[in-house]
Amino acid sequence: MTVQTPERPAVTQEPPRATPPPPTVRAQQPETAEGASPTHLSARGLDLFYGAHQALKKVSIEIPSHSVTAIIGPSGCGKSTLLRSFNRMNDLIPNVRIMGELRVSDIDILAATTDVVELRRRVGMVFQRPNPFPKSIFENVAFGLRMLGLKDRNELEIRVEDSLRRAALWDEVKDRLDRSAMALSGGQQQRLCIARSLAVEPEVLLMDEPASALDPTATARIEELVLDLKARYTIVVVTHNMQQAARISDRTAFMLQGELIEFDDTRRMFTSPHQKLTEDYITGRFG
Amino acid sequence: MTTDALRATLRPLKKSRPFDLAGLSFTALSGFAAFLIVAMVAVILGDVVIHGAGTVTWEFLSAAPKEGMTKGGIFPAIYGTVLLVVLMTVALVPFGVGAAVYLHEYARPDAWFTRAVRFAVANLAGVPSIVYGLFGLGFFIHFIGGSVDRALGLDVVFGQPALMWAALTLALLNLPVVIVTTEEALRTVPREMREASLGLGATRWQMVRHVLLPQAMPGILTGAILSVSRGAGEVAPILFTGAAYYLPFLPHSPTDQFMELGYHVFVLATQSPDIDATKPLLYGTVLVLLLITFLLNITAILLRARLRAQLAGRS
Repeated sequence: MTVQTPERPAVTQEPPRATPPPPTVRAQQPETAEGASPTHLSARGLDLFYGAHQALKKVSIEIPSHSVTAIIGPSGCGKSTLLRSFNRMNDLIPNVRIMGELRVSDIDILAATTDVVELRRRVGMVFQRPNPFPKSIFENVAFGLRMLGLKDRNELEIRVEDSLRRAALWDEVKDRLDRSAMALSGGQQQRLCIARSLAVEPEVLLMDEPASALDPTATARIEELVLDLKARYTIVVVTHNMQQAARISDRTAFMLQGELIEFDDTRRMFTSPHQKLTEDYITGRFG
Repeated sequence: MTTDALRATLRPLKKSRPFDLAGLSFTALSGFAAFLIVAMVAVILGDVVIHGAGTVTWEFLSAAPKEGMTKGGIFPAIYGTVLLVVLMTVALVPFGVGAAVYLHEYARPDAWFTRAVRFAVANLAGVPSIVYGLFGLGFFIHFIGGSVDRALGLDVVFGQPALMWAALTLALLNLPVVIVTTEEALRTVPREMREASLGLGATRWQMVRHVLLPQAMPGILTGAILSVSRGAGEVAPILFTGAAYYLPFLPHSPTDQFMELGYHVFVLATQSPDIDATKPLLYGTVLVLLLITFLLNITAILLRARLRAQLAGRS
């Protein structure tokens, strides 16, 4: 299935406007087995503008803790933008305006008084292209810890090993921790980036197409890792690989042109979506 | 549209090209221009080496000028040049890098202050070096030095040409170079690196200090290299601010005057009482000046290559 798409999905015949407006997402919060797990991340009525272009339109979503939530949709649908709103990475882009409400646990993400640095420690992020620092493997994982002021060599070593083990990378790199991270393979680099994020003990892990630059074997390892990690972290994965979303996520959100079209239990989403647009996208009629 | 009838009126297409005079002349001209550059460098270096190599002995390098510059060596000038360049670098690099970091990382790009600074930097780069010399004399020596002397009730200690004022004037001259190259280097650090460090809970300063500056270091060094070679060769800015025609002693404090190779070349070439006697000394001095610049450049280039290899994980 081709997922590389032109900017605008070819929804022929009937433009999306002609379809009934998407029902409010709250109405269809799924009553799944894990329905009991509390909301960890939420957006309410989120609007985001890049200059004059509206990238997110009244997005509301409640992401439960200790689960994997996938966000799917064609290129340019706003899925990465939504993801990057949760740790205010969009702050780096000039001319961004954002309105609405975003919460992680009890923190108001958008509040002026929020400590963005601490927010980003709690809400870790893994990017599309592996981006290790041009430092040693050890120093990559230790980076966030050092930024927190941790100097004790012994404690650093313990925490670095622990993080590398959690990211399923320890056995491959334990003999060459002082070598440059740039010498690792792409898949190893990505797991290193995950280890680096885990080191500062985040509660949420945002992953922006974490496997799209990797080969199938490396992708499979990342997916396995994601499934392992959800026991301890709340994970949100942006992907435009629908099979991947189906394999790893508990819930899936489908976005199109800045709107959240549907958010549901993954199995239900892929077998009996409520929205026509979701069905069309999932069955490959566009996207 | 083309019908068979129309096509039948066409003559067969000529497949051979006309003689490409323009193309050939351009190739020849650009090749000649490239050759000319190499030839000029070869002629200059060759001339200097042939005439100067014989003069450069240990005695020439280690002795002071004697008998009205017609005999002896150039050690005070070598010493002064090295000291000047080192002091200039110490003043220049932290200041220039700091300004570049501010402009690139902290300043709002469209604020009037940022624009004003950029405008000033661009204009500073175009100011002739003799003007820097006059500025150094007026600002550093008369204004700052003079004020310090008056404030401390000293006779004339700071308010006269000195090594430190010359170094500061040269630093000012090279400031735009360092700012521009550092900014360029910061710009080449991938956005992923910023996001990675901020995403791990680094503050902006921590990102600058631990991620951006280390990765920009090769580029910063490039700026420093350019400034050092230029600093070692510029005469105009130090003419009024500290360089001495002849000194019987080596400078031992930043408030002393100093001899400098570039200025010494000028002195030997124009102020000598006996041109024929000075000529070999002149060639020797030029050769030493070139060698020192070359040596400084090579050191910095090697350092830069090593840093680049380290960043790429090859060492």
